[in-house]
Amino acid sequence: MKAPARNVKTETQRAQRMHGVQRGKIALVALTLLAMLAPIASAQGGKTYAITGAKIYTLAGPPIANGTVVIKDGKIAAVGANVSVPSGAQVINAKGLEVYPGMFNAVSQVGLVEVGQGEPGTVDLNELGDFNPQIVAAMAVHPASEHIPVVRAAGITHTVSVPGGGVMSGQGSLIHMSGWVIDEMLGKKSAALVLNWPTLAPGGGGFGGGGGGGFGARRPFSELKQEYERRVTEIENWLERARHYAQAAEKGSKDNFTRDEKLEALVPVVKGEVPVLVMANDDRDIRNAVEFCEKQKLRMILGRGREAWKVKDLLKQKNIPVILGRTHALPAGEDEPYDKPYSAPGELAAAGVKIAFATFDIEFVRRLPNEAGQAVGYGLSHEDALKAVTINPAQMFGVDKELGTIEQGKIANIIVTSGDPLELQTDVRYLFIKGQLTSTDNKHRQLYEKYRTRP
Amino acid sequence: MMAKTFHGIVAMALIASMLPGPVAAQSGNVTVIQNGTILTVTKGTMQKGSVLIRDGKIAEVGTNVKVPAGATVIDATGMYVSPGIIDCHSHIAAEGSINEGSIAVSSMVAIADVLDPDDIDIYRELAGGTTTSNVLHGSANPIGGLNAVIKHRWGKDAKGLIFEGAPPGIKFALGENPKRSNSPPQPGQVRRYPNTRMGVMDVIRQAFIDAREYKKTWDAYNKRVAAGEKNAIPPRRDLKLEPLVEILEGKRMVHSHGYRSDELRQLLLLAEEFGFRVRTLQHVLEGYKIAKEMAQHGVGGSTFSDWWSYKNEAYDAIPYNAAIMAKYGVVVSINSDSAEEARHLNQEAAKTMKYGGMSETEALKMVTINPAIQLGIDKRVGSIETGKDADLVIWNKHPLSIYAVAQTSIIDGTVYFDRKKDIEHRAEIEKEKKGLVEKEKAAAPARQGPPGKAPGAEGAPGGRRRPPMSTDGGAR
Repeated sequence: MKAPARNVKTETQRAQRMHGVQRGKIALVALTLLAMLAPIASAQGGKTYAITGAKIYTLAGPPIANGTVVIKDGKIAAVGANVSVPSGAQVINAKGLEVYPGMFNAVSQVGLVEVGQGEPGTVDLNELGDFNPQIVAAMAVHPASEHIPVVRAAGITHTVSVPGGGVMSGQGSLIHMSGWVIDEMLGKKSAALVLNWPTLAPGGGGFGGGGGGGFGARRPFSELKQEYERRVTEIENWLERARHYAQAAEKGSKDNFTRDEKLEALVPVVKGEVPVLVMANDDRDIRNAVEFCEKQKLRMILGRGREAWKVKDLLKQKNIPVILGRTHALPAGEDEPYDKPYSAPGELAAAGVKIAFATFDIEFVRRLPNEAGQAVGYGLSHEDALKAVTINPAQMFGVDKELGTIEQGKIANIIVTSGDPLELQTDVRYLFIKGQLTSTDNKHRQLYEKYRTRP
Repeated sequence: MMAKTFHGIVAMALIASMLPGPVAAQSGNVTVIQNGTILTVTKGTMQKGSVLIRDGKIAEVGTNVKVPAGATVIDATGMYVSPGIIDCHSHIAAEGSINEGSIAVSSMVAIADVLDPDDIDIYRELAGGTTTSNVLHGSANPIGGLNAVIKHRWGKDAKGLIFEGAPPGIKFALGENPKRSNSPPQPGQVRRYPNTRMGVMDVIRQAFIDAREYKKTWDAYNKRVAAGEKNAIPPRRDLKLEPLVEILEGKRMVHSHGYRSDELRQLLLLAEEFGFRVRTLQHVLEGYKIAKEMAQHGVGGSTFSDWWSYKNEAYDAIPYNAAIMAKYGVVVSINSDSAEEARHLNQEAAKTMKYGGMSETEALKMVTINPAIQLGIDKRVGSIETGKDADLVIWNKHPLSIYAVAQTSIIDGTVYFDRKKDIEHRAEIEKEKKGLVEKEKAAAPARQGPPGKAPGAEGAPGGRRRPPMSTDGGAR
């Protein structure tokens, strides 16, 4: 569904107004205000834009030194060095600027959490119970969250927002960082099923990627193993029931069939249509999860993967992609090199493992480019780092035909920046989400404007 | 603390023995760092410059520095040399808990009493260019414990960590943490006063009323002694009030945790009422709302780069905070409050360029000379100037770039971190670890549990089996 025309227009105007104010170009503001009175774009198509004169990093080939991107009907209509500007297109003169695909924070809690601590009313993250495959992030993503404009101002145009808790937390949803209602934001309702792999790590016995247990929770290995096996059997049983359910749905008698939301949600998972985002950190847990998913014929994406570097050959061999937790993290132990979290992404990429970066949280979602940049200092190539925040996660979630590079026909999630998007000082000057010029204004800028001019 | 298990002891002994220790860049105690881009912070930037270090101090900075005979030469061609980074808000190297949370006023306890020189975070932060940290008590109390400013002299004992001569300070805390908003009492436990921001202010005000009275008794006594009275009986010492008297006398710096502008403003007004100046507001996420009043009071602001929304009082936090405070004339630093964040404070400082348009030098100041000013140690550290302590970091790229990697960290002219050496040592560490694990396996075949992993390697970041530091506890 497309946004009502009036709303689309307003977002566009806000974007233009913001840029005008930023550069102190009063004239532009005046023009923009005038433009408010102009006829508005059609509700179906949206406006046509041409970004001209920029260095374009399509990530689908070598950069184009002085190229044009044409955006029409929400999609990339053309990109190249010799692309002509369609008549009637709004031209963004991006001379001296750089164009990249919008960044993809592969896993976050955007829209599900507003204030992390002390405000449970604003947190819709962990449902009760251990097996909730029917839970869907998109059902609770709050389009008016103040986080969304903050996140997109950092050049992040989409994310997979995921629920947490339990064993099967629920389904993560791919959402675009703009929209008045969830249907406008939604990229893919069921992007992945979140599975918190039961850990065998010392101090474990909890879930959530092997970090469970915590202080004082060291338990005998035999006890852990028992619990682990019980949990794995439970997971197995759920998947087995889902297979039977699918069979009954397809071949059984309709009269005897009763819908079951949980099993229904698991059917595309057991069929390998929806990937399983398996949260695990410990190397042994990862090995176990890989073996399990192979046996169960699940499409596994490893999530967090703090010790993925220890099993990089296995991950490469089994073709398991990894969405890494924050690069800015402490080493797992005192005897691990101080820079292991920094160098691990490069080691994985060098071994041929497909990686993506993610923050997995709400507070630091906008730091995504710096998480990728940090890994470049310690061995990851710059190009691989860029891919790990654009096309790689798109491939993992099966949306690479729509997102992740600047290619004709793809959804126009595009950023126009002052320079290298992974660098700390870089500004996002223009932002397109689903082909709409979208405001980079947000709560933080508004408070900045308000208080820096306080008399 | 839990008793350390064998693995823990092994891991610790291993680390202490294997990590490259301090290497006095000696031979007559003279070192020259040559041919680098010198970011002095206070005296501009110098291309192809050199820094001459003699007896731990910076003896000369320039483009024409002569290498004395016998000097150790560090080639910094293509590299950047900055002052050591200073973290104005840290909780590392404090063994066990950093919160005496049982009481509202805990000014009788001191971080210096629990300094742990074996905390690996000292080394890890050093590897990120941090050479000095203000180790603070937690934020569970309106008036917390006494701080310890340390240098990251990895390999020295607890006493050797202390930044000798650094003015003493104390931690205060306002808002959600001291009123225990996010740590409800256990069943059967009575809530601790205060429970509101009003109560927090009351606790602080009452403490200073008591301190004033206490000071009077000592002033009277000292007067009698000075007048020659032989039999004057000294007042009973009160270790809780003594530090508060030092605050009233301007001898101890108040570093107060706080988020919301209203609570921060109240503390400044209270301080003015009692005639002292708050030295720094810590976190001060809404400092931008009262930047004018902060400047008038003369209080520094030590804040996060871009943290926000993790609790209610952080919901109005903006990454432009540092820039606005700076614009109003407040001395601003960017701090970590985290053993992880303190490994890249250079990057956090760089964000003030994006958010608020700070210049390179202004950004660098926020993690060097500005925190030094806030801690009263700016005569010693925080910039590359003749006569100052030779606390320096050599980077392979400009430290305000995300791609910069610290290569060498030097304190008092001594190399405490060298990336090359660190990497060279890794195979050895791996080998010794393997050997120890094999040895243990052989010695205790019946022992349950998986070998090969130090306990606490999961769960507690940092590996040491220590209680998790809750966000409420001391961190932020």
